[in-house]
Amino acid sequence: MTESIKTITKKVGLPRLIISSFFVFLIIASIGLGLPLDRTLTNIIRRFGMFGVLVLAMVPAIQCGIGPNFALPLGIICGILGEIISIEFGFVGFTAFIVAILISIPFATIIGVGYGNLLNKIKGSEMLVAAYAALSVVYFMCIMWVTLPFKHPQMIWPIGKGLRVTIALEAFFGYVLNDFADFSIAGVHIPTGLLMFFLLCCFVVWLYTRSKTGMAMKAAGDNPKFALASGINVDRSRIIGTTLSTILGAVGIIVYHQSYGYIQLYDAPQYMGFATVAAVLIGGATARKAKISHVLLGVLLFQGLLAVALPVANEVVKGSNLAEVLRMVIQNGIILYALTQVVGGE
Amino acid sequence: MLQKYALEMKNIDKEYFGNKVLKGVDLKVKPGEIHALLGENGAGKSTLMNILFGMPVIHSTGGFSGEVSMDGKKIEIKSPDEAMEKGIGMVHQEFMLVPGFTIAENIKLNREVLKYNPISNAFKKDSLRFLDYKKMNKDARKALDTLGIDIDEWVKVAGLPVGYMQFVEIAREIDKSNVKVLVFDEPTAVLTESEAKTLIKAMKKLAQSGIAILFITHRLDEVMDAADNITILRDGELVATRKKEETNVLEIAELMVGRKVEVTNKAKKEEQESQETIISIKNLNVDMPGEEVKGINLDIKKGEILGIGGLAGQGKIGIANGLMGLYKTTGDIEFKGEKLKLNDTRSVLNKGLAFVSEDRKGVGLLLDSSIQQNIVITAMQIKESFLKKYGIFSQLDKKGIVNHAVSMIKKLDIRCTGPLQATRRLSGGNQQKVCIARALTLEPEVLLVSEPTRGIDIGAKKLVLDLLVQLNDELGMTVVITSSELAELRSISDRIAIIAEGKVEGILKPDASDADFGLMMAGEYNKLRGKEAI
Repeated sequence: MTESIKTITKKVGLPRLIISSFFVFLIIASIGLGLPLDRTLTNIIRRFGMFGVLVLAMVPAIQCGIGPNFALPLGIICGILGEIISIEFGFVGFTAFIVAILISIPFATIIGVGYGNLLNKIKGSEMLVAAYAALSVVYFMCIMWVTLPFKHPQMIWPIGKGLRVTIALEAFFGYVLNDFADFSIAGVHIPTGLLMFFLLCCFVVWLYTRSKTGMAMKAAGDNPKFALASGINVDRSRIIGTTLSTILGAVGIIVYHQSYGYIQLYDAPQYMGFATVAAVLIGGATARKAKISHVLLGVLLFQGLLAVALPVANEVVKGSNLAEVLRMVIQNGIILYALTQVVGGE
Repeated sequence: MLQKYALEMKNIDKEYFGNKVLKGVDLKVKPGEIHALLGENGAGKSTLMNILFGMPVIHSTGGFSGEVSMDGKKIEIKSPDEAMEKGIGMVHQEFMLVPGFTIAENIKLNREVLKYNPISNAFKKDSLRFLDYKKMNKDARKALDTLGIDIDEWVKVAGLPVGYMQFVEIAREIDKSNVKVLVFDEPTAVLTESEAKTLIKAMKKLAQSGIAILFITHRLDEVMDAADNITILRDGELVATRKKEETNVLEIAELMVGRKVEVTNKAKKEEQESQETIISIKNLNVDMPGEEVKGINLDIKKGEILGIGGLAGQGKIGIANGLMGLYKTTGDIEFKGEKLKLNDTRSVLNKGLAFVSEDRKGVGLLLDSSIQQNIVITAMQIKESFLKKYGIFSQLDKKGIVNHAVSMIKKLDIRCTGPLQATRRLSGGNQQKVCIARALTLEPEVLLVSEPTRGIDIGAKKLVLDLLVQLNDELGMTVVITSSELAELRSISDRIAIIAEGKVEGILKPDASDADFGLMMAGEYNKLRGKEAI
């Protein structure tokens, strides 16, 4: 008995075991507190699909050796650019969603290549630089959101200058994925399109890691010296990985916004990087290793935890900001834990 | 009358994990004597010195047996601190100096002379005393004068010529008032010839003052110049102790190398003298830290096994790494009459060279990836094999990979649980076979193998060497093997190039005399034989 427990613990990892039990405990607690289970499950599934692609963006970054991509906001901003340009052009519905993705990809490619080049110059301190790159770009874009010449009346302030802080997507491409072929079972809403899109992205990334370039990228991230001796261009592989991560970040935020129903501008992208890093790490990835399975498990646990913890916390301590505090504690605690595991472990 | 030795080590035995590295070694040094300790890499010199200094690595691996005594009294040294207390000093090969401090400060580092001042008096605390620079400078001056070095003690160490740094190190040791035995670990390795001469003069001066000196070096002429007595180790055994007057460079060289070469030699191919040259290296320079190559000219014949030998740090490792473009390289390399592009690993691999690195875990393997992935990845990247093509997209050919990996595992007898096992879990010998399998998957014309038997057990060693011979015999593959173990080179190579100080000292047949090998490894061959020729 103890043997089998040990092997399970080893395979799944103690942190995941603890978090999973906490997750289950919260779900039970939520039922005990009289919160409707169907609503909770709907929430968990929606958040799972909503955050999935953003978290998936961590896979190529970690695999190519730049570590968890704290600079995900770079990709996110490219995604936002795609969205508002698509709206500005007057597209609506599914077309607007596709156009937003198509516009954001070239932006993300350019930014990704540039940022990859930057990272090649500062090997060894990628994570630190990433965090600052993200911060500075987010605030630079705060200026741009005010000054860029967008005209669409539903995006700009009615009085004054610049884009609004939140742009409602109801009239454009809000919920297009969520409502695609959706259905409900026992009161639980299944956003089929959203889940399909997320799984499709996972599949594409999985295919990529099994291609020649993908294999080269993984080798370069795993052991740069080995890669060099095998004639692999390590710097180029890192740039490819970074670019891919940035593109996935751009696509991910578009998926996120359509599911959320709003575009959030200004300093909203700032903390996105941390939440996604925490999610992939909770799923079992390390700063050096990440797989698609880590993404799936990580998003489920992290977002599921938040989806349950927020209402439960609000129920327990009414009228407080405890839920938000709890979110920050969990998120940053996980990152801190995972980063301490990087050094020393072989 | 019983002669009193400053240092006596008697019947020292030491093993690391069942591997005997010292077998009954004796060492006796009289006060005022310069005693040279010679031996190849791995002969046991450093282990012996580690024992003398009570290094933690000795005690954490089960200690040693045997006796150490100083001035006739048996002592036990459990830590470097104790060794220092007992009067054993060491001049390190790498300088351990603080660049921003003056020479005097460096000499007195951690042994500063202190003086009382009003604050320390007021608080009655010794830790508040000031440094007594006047006294420190005076002490430093004295130490420098003993060495006969004309340099000001208040100069900062940063920017000093290397030779002077070495002297500061020595001055620090002799400033310790109780020093009785001083160990010089290859002190001349980084010095120019004139600096080395000054150093040896200083050593002699020190010896005259009654300090016993242990001198570790590879340069035989320095030994003949400086030493009174010579102890030679080989494979952890004491080979000989000689008085300088009674020996000569030739004999020492022979003693250092000499071992019965087990001629497990392959069935000798008929002498094919005028073979075609497959790789011609001209004026090769490789900037590999610690193994710099400084102008090598070497022809590699088609279908031969060429051994590259030499002592550690002389540049032999740099050659293969340079050819593969892993370190910055200049020079001319022709492969089958065509110029080889330098510093471009990809094109070199494409041309038909393959490389098994000396750094198995660092460069040779993806430790967390499966055996099959390790075996195929290079071929996949270079030759696009094991891939299914869909237009510009590609997917790996799982079936082909598994089949190839399984056949390689069978062919090379890799002991594993299957092609999916991570290479980290394999033993050293099997890891090495995976590395070789990866190189073979490229179907190379020339196989460069560096230190193929480092860190693997004897049984696996033989398998790996046999495999190389077999590849050479059956496929006619040209094999270039770089190794620190001369015996292994002599057992399988057709020719052996010995590298000394970044250059080819000479090329020998495996059955050449021990003396020639010894001289070449010490870099003395051309000096000595050249003289004889005149």
